[in-house]
Amino acid sequence: MAAELLRESFEIQGRNFDKAGEVSGEIKVILKDLGIDASYIRRVVIVAFEGEMNVVMYADRGTMTLILTDDDVNLEIKDEGPGIPDVELALQEGWSTASDEMREMGFGFGMGLPNMKKNSDEFRIDTEVGKGTAVYARVKLNANV
Amino acid sequence: MQLSEIKELLQCEVLTGEDDLQIDVQQVVASDGMSEILAFAKSKELMVTGLTNIQSIRTADIASVSAVVYCRGKRPDKKVIEFARQKRIPVLVTKMVMFDICGILYNRGLKGVS
Repeated sequence: MAAELLRESFEIQGRNFDKAGEVSGEIKVILKDLGIDASYIRRVVIVAFEGEMNVVMYADRGTMTLILTDDDVNLEIKDEGPGIPDVELALQEGWSTASDEMREMGFGFGMGLPNMKKNSDEFRIDTEVGKGTAVYARVKLNANV
Repeated sequence: MQLSEIKELLQCEVLTGEDDLQIDVQQVVASDGMSEILAFAKSKELMVTGLTNIQSIRTADIASVSAVVYCRGKRPDKKVIEFARQKRIPVLVTKMVMFDICGILYNRGLKGVS
């Protein structure tokens, strides 16, 4: 396994729509400053942003951890939210449990998790109803790795 | 097509980015759903939306679109415009509805992203 070059964790405030997306914006700046290729940054920050919005919409709080190695960029998004009863269903495009308020924010149309999966090379969801959800996403920095 | 030409075609008011109207636009993503923008934008598109909150600009930044046009005459508040200015994303507003905007731009050779 490649050595970690960077590991940084960010707090995500649940239900705070004003700040929603700030962490992902910060991650974008960090990756850009490190000189990561724009096409990889794009995929990582889409995963980050959708994940952050999910935490804000559904959980009281959460954390996003960015881990960079020579080979890949990893995101770990963990929340203390309601958990996902049926992961397979949640990964179907168009499936959503969002409220009207969430939809008014421009989210909750059932594309968040599918977008995250689509932009990741590896993607895993660990979830327990009533406890919370952890999402692990990996974007490889070199297709040959 | 230059953003300045789009501004004229759609009779837009420029809320920020007056100096960046020479940007060239070839493709358009249009939706009020931010995940849809994120799913389809490949970067450098024009984003057309009726959603004027801070997430619209965050989405524009994350998706790396070139500029944002708000339709139906909906105006974002100052905080949103200031955020777009910081991110150097030109923001325009038109009274036209999304259907007409898309029709006009399509007619002039711009394409959607699929």
